[in-house]
Amino acid sequence: MTFKKILIANRGEIAVRILRACRELGIRSVAVYSDVDRASLHVSKADEAYYLGAPPATESYLNIEKILAVAKRAGADAIHPGYGFLSENPKFPRACKEAGIKFIGPKAEAMETMGSKTGARRAMEKAGVPFVPGSLRGLNSVEEGEQVAERIGYPVMLKAASGGGGKGMRLVFKREELRSALESAKSEAARSFGDDEVYVEKAIVNPRHIEMQVLADEHGHTVYLGERECSIQRRHQKVLEEAPSAIVDPDMRRRMGEVAVRVAQAANYTNAGTVEFLVDQEKNFYFLEMNTRLQVEHPVTELTTGLDLVHLQIHIAAGGELPFKQEDIAIRGHAIECRIYAEDPDNHYFPSPGKITMLLPPAGPGIRHDSGSYEGWTVPIDYDPLLAKLIGYGTDREQVILRLQRALHEYFVGGIQTNISLFQRILADGDFQAARLDTGYLERLLAREHEHVLEGMSPAEERVSEVVAIAAGLFAVLDPAPAASNAASSISEIIAKSASGWKQAALREALRG
Amino acid sequence: MNYDVSVDGKAHRLELARKGDQWECKLDGRAVPVDPVLLRRNVLSLLIDGVSYEVRREQTVSGLRLSIGSARYAVELRDPRSLHSWQTESGSAEGKKKIVAPMPGKVVRVLVKQGAEVQAGQGVVVVEAMKMQNELKSPKQGIVQKVMAVEGATVNAGDVLLIVE
Repeated sequence: MTFKKILIANRGEIAVRILRACRELGIRSVAVYSDVDRASLHVSKADEAYYLGAPPATESYLNIEKILAVAKRAGADAIHPGYGFLSENPKFPRACKEAGIKFIGPKAEAMETMGSKTGARRAMEKAGVPFVPGSLRGLNSVEEGEQVAERIGYPVMLKAASGGGGKGMRLVFKREELRSALESAKSEAARSFGDDEVYVEKAIVNPRHIEMQVLADEHGHTVYLGERECSIQRRHQKVLEEAPSAIVDPDMRRRMGEVAVRVAQAANYTNAGTVEFLVDQEKNFYFLEMNTRLQVEHPVTELTTGLDLVHLQIHIAAGGELPFKQEDIAIRGHAIECRIYAEDPDNHYFPSPGKITMLLPPAGPGIRHDSGSYEGWTVPIDYDPLLAKLIGYGTDREQVILRLQRALHEYFVGGIQTNISLFQRILADGDFQAARLDTGYLERLLAREHEHVLEGMSPAEERVSEVVAIAAGLFAVLDPAPAASNAASSISEIIAKSASGWKQAALREALRG
Repeated sequence: MNYDVSVDGKAHRLELARKGDQWECKLDGRAVPVDPVLLRRNVLSLLIDGVSYEVRREQTVSGLRLSIGSARYAVELRDPRSLHSWQTESGSAEGKKKIVAPMPGKVVRVLVKQGAEVQAGQGVVVVEAMKMQNELKSPKQGIVQKVMAVEGATVNAGDVLLIVE
């Protein structure tokens, strides 16, 4: 059995990624869109597209009733949620089931188990999975927090049970700081997630963030597809990911993979999922959480395993058995993904929506470019400003770094600011090249970069400055009219079109995959 | 044609003259052999002594930008003879600098007063948007000629907040 028509309850690059898989499999794709996405790529590339509502996600991409109404009208027999939006909301698979439409992902119950960090910790304790020592439930009092902290030792991390994206998290170094940290973490958790449950765990100093991709069919088979190194983060948001991790050898991969499979089985997990681990400096790994969806960074696993995860997700949801066994899976080569965002590197990586006046995407050997944008498209202010993912693949890590440096040199996005230059800095950095990574890496690099800026121009930079001066004059005589000066007006236009878009934009952190 | 060009704050004097289908180019008084071809609007292929550069141009709210590879440069171009250089809009012709809101948001703080002396890179206005505070800096050393920003006021992208002369 397979599906005839799949509705994609998402937008941007991931919607394009999924509808491409649908076309490859001969399945009709149905896109949905809000007011500001009528001209977006996922709409024009899909076989069918239907309007949802106003730009705020609650009126469109988070609105279960509207999405199911479109699915019924279009006659879709399955829904793919992508990442972000409704992808980890158990109400969505439940509503799909009631509507007789297959949800491409895990069952609601598995999402619920994993959705609460404390719930997941309790389930994992039963399954004998190693996790960071701490409390299994939310803290009822400051005193309880102090007792647990004494037992596991400072520093400790306070975390919101429903949290994500760094919200409701506090690092506490000593007893005296605990009370105020707990109060502020609770109020932030209540504001951000509508749930003030906060628990405490031991803080791992300078950990690596390494995650394991799992895949489970509905016939009891679960496999792992290798790890992804995701330590390069800024404000708890991943920026660059790679597979495999430079510190994971085959034995560690097997041990982490087997734990990840046990985690998935303990939750009766089906379809694609990711088990996240913190890894300390002695390479001990601890269960962190499970992401019950396709990840933003899934392409690095696809390139190093040769598998298409979206094809497999569809195959599994249609009732198919996994077409391979654990021993058939081999990791080959190396892959690195750069998340290209519309944000301004010279201005604290502030979002920079607006019209893309020019787009020169990279190509060539070992380059995959999963994009949701095109030249002439206006990046809306209402959603996460991820423009595209640039993924490099090669024989080994060294070759991939060289390929990505070359591809980034070719890559140009005009009219808006992007973080492309950030990746050039990372890829050229000695610590990155030596794979000396942890979750504090990027903040340190950015602090160092600041010092570098103050040092002034190198001779090579002086020479380029002269070339730029010559080019500026030649442009003036060869191509006299200035490039369309519409950056300001286009942003105002977007604002005018969606008066409430501004508030909604605050949601975007929560929407990031 | 003569131009005063500034690239990331570094000033150059550029002289260009057409000789048949070739260009004669002098930068800061030194002859540079150039072979330019406009590939399409805003994309220039430039050969200098056999070295190839692909240069892209864009106009942003905060002015002209040129890019080579992953590096982007803030450029100001002025024809000293012309009253109407195409950069006059941003006010650079008179040596004035407008500080504009890069994004819509709210003015949280105005850090300088009219008449104050500011250094290049000094923070002058703090704007909050998307729950993030964003300190706008003076692009040049000078005197604050006028302050339009009002603390607590809502601003749109492109709104002039302050002028430094």
